Amino acid sequence: MSNEQPNGKNILEIVRHAVEVHGKTREELIPILQEINRQYGFIPSQGLEEVARLLQIPKSQVFSVATFYHMLNVKEMGRHIILFCESAPCHVVGGREVWRRLKQELKIDAGETTPDKKWSLVTVSCLGVCGVGPVIVIDEDMYGNVTPEMIPDILARYN
Amino acid sequence: MKIYRSMVLISSDPKSMLYGAEEVFQRFQKEIEDRGLQDEVQVSMVGDLGRHEVHPIVIVYPEAVLYGPVKVENVPQIVEEHLYKGRIVPELQLSAQELSGRIAWLTARKGTLPAEQRIVLERAGVIDPANIEDYILHDGYAALGKVLTSMKPEEVIAEVQKSGLKGRGGAGFPTGLKWSFVAKAPGTKKYVICNADESEPGTFKDRVILEGDPHAILEAMAIAGYAVGADEGYIYVRGEYALAQERLAIAIAQAKEYGFLGKNIFGTEFNFEIHVHSGAGAYICGEETALIESIEGKRGEPRARPPYPTTHGLWGKPTLVNNVETLANIPPILRNGAEWYRKFGTPSSPGTKVYTILGNVNNTGLIEVPMGITLREVIAIYGRGMKNGRTFKLAQTGGSSGSVIPASLQDTPMDFESYNKAGVSLGSGALLICDEDTCVVDLAKVLMNFFRRESCGKCTPCRIGTYRAYQILQRISEGQGVLKDLDELLSLSENLVNLSNCGLGQTAATPIKDILKYFRAEVEAHIRLGVCPTGVCTMLPEKTPQET
Repeated sequence: MSNEQPNGKNILEIVRHAVEVHGKTREELIPILQEINRQYGFIPSQGLEEVARLLQIPKSQVFSVATFYHMLNVKEMGRHIILFCESAPCHVVGGREVWRRLKQELKIDAGETTPDKKWSLVTVSCLGVCGVGPVIVIDEDMYGNVTPEMIPDILARYN
Repeated sequence: MKIYRSMVLISSDPKSMLYGAEEVFQRFQKEIEDRGLQDEVQVSMVGDLGRHEVHPIVIVYPEAVLYGPVKVENVPQIVEEHLYKGRIVPELQLSAQELSGRIAWLTARKGTLPAEQRIVLERAGVIDPANIEDYILHDGYAALGKVLTSMKPEEVIAEVQKSGLKGRGGAGFPTGLKWSFVAKAPGTKKYVICNADESEPGTFKDRVILEGDPHAILEAMAIAGYAVGADEGYIYVRGEYALAQERLAIAIAQAKEYGFLGKNIFGTEFNFEIHVHSGAGAYICGEETALIESIEGKRGEPRARPPYPTTHGLWGKPTLVNNVETLANIPPILRNGAEWYRKFGTPSSPGTKVYTILGNVNNTGLIEVPMGITLREVIAIYGRGMKNGRTFKLAQTGGSSGSVIPASLQDTPMDFESYNKAGVSLGSGALLICDEDTCVVDLAKVLMNFFRRESCGKCTPCRIGTYRAYQILQRISEGQGVLKDLDELLSLSENLVNLSNCGLGQTAATPIKDILKYFRAEVEAHIRLGVCPTGVCTMLPEKTPQET
């Protein structure tokens, strides 16, 4: 298996750098995984194994932590990640209709990635900006007061 | 410190940043320099200014004029007219329609909206959160100085106990009592943790405090550390709150530089360090023992209690865990005294409460009001009534695990005691207001979907119970329900409350129980008649969302 993964970055180098920056203690496991996730887009199993080796933590525990937190991805994601808030405050102001439109436009369901690897659709519990629901976040961009009609325009901004 | 004749404050919550607050800030600086006004006008990025439809907002003092939404191309005009020639630009001012909620207390608006009282949000949106001198000018670190130089730790705890402050994270446990447990716990190494993992849907009060007034939390933690005998603190911030994390890091560096953190604070023997730890997306980490596990680098699964964190917390040491809003009350209490604090709120629940108002009201946003206000007042005064003239049907207090309140409880004073008596929990202060178009089965289903996703899975009653409840509600909304389902929902609720390991499972069933108590007829209509009275449920099978 090649180390050179989707975005051309070397996963082992990223892991070693993250461990070096944060230090080799158990306390730093989550910050290290966050750093790798940020750099690489997700944490492939090869990366998790390297973390386990460097930190001297059983592999099972590193995998178990990595799969527990929503902000850490262990499988490859699309180029753009859409986070859709499905909690009650967004729901009561029209979230369901936005969700239906999103699924319709992208032709994928929650947790899936489009075949061309452009989009991943992820449902999340809350994004913390409930005053402007329904809310979606695409990569780093936040969209509030979203209506179904706005979805095609918003998606068209990304290539 | 320099004195300026004018101050320009620019909102810099995440949404304002998205709409170009940074560019507006830079343009202001440039225009001001071009006119040689840099020694007269101070420009600052401040926290969330509370209006969630207008981004960014710019406030110009001393006139307290609000401009918004301000675009980069508007800046030269404001600088030229207002700051240079002293003439307000009416066409760029925020319309009166847009003003309510948090903005209401600004001097120019004083008196138009009653009852708002700011203690914890006193500085949020007023000072520059990246400037420690601004904080100091607004009484910052005065309480810490007073405590360290003139009070014994036990006197500090006594003052907090006397104030009657109760935890604002949701459970309402007396803060001073918790402090005394940690102070009394054996051992020399102790920790203070600020729980800033605010993931309760509908709640963003802690974010506003952290982004707008980060030093207040550092000051409060240092005071708490002195009182309980800790020399190290952690702030566990929700992973999604990147701006809050950034502001805290700046504030910590500044506080160290000024000697308010680190060694020999205020020239005393007291040492205190603070670390920021980012969450990684897990609702359960707001539970204090799960949060501790997460700081230790593990899955955020709650520990069995007892022992409690007050004696066996972080790395097995006595640990004080307090919510952001609770801590934000500490410096004002110690600065002004417990007597002063008890003037606000009700005798059994002194002080104020920050609420987020959401849902089908005209104005959503954030307010800080004395304990004891009623829901009817909140909707009428701060929410500016129900949206589109519709009728109030129910409210959910305190986020997803909160109680569901029917119209008949609208006049119950919102304080811990009155709500307890009415069988309602105040929770974290999120008020989700729903109109008559809200289907209770659908709402319960959405809430249960939340819990089945967020259950950490460690204990079976919660992992299976929330999923089972979700499936039943899903079936009812598809027209496949039977009356026996309601009994099963109730017995599931009992099991969740009695058998779950932690607060997540114990409170997950709260909305279901309330809905069956107040809106049973509507749920039964789905089953008996096969119709959704509000027309929300399709009564057709829908694909179950995939596990993510």
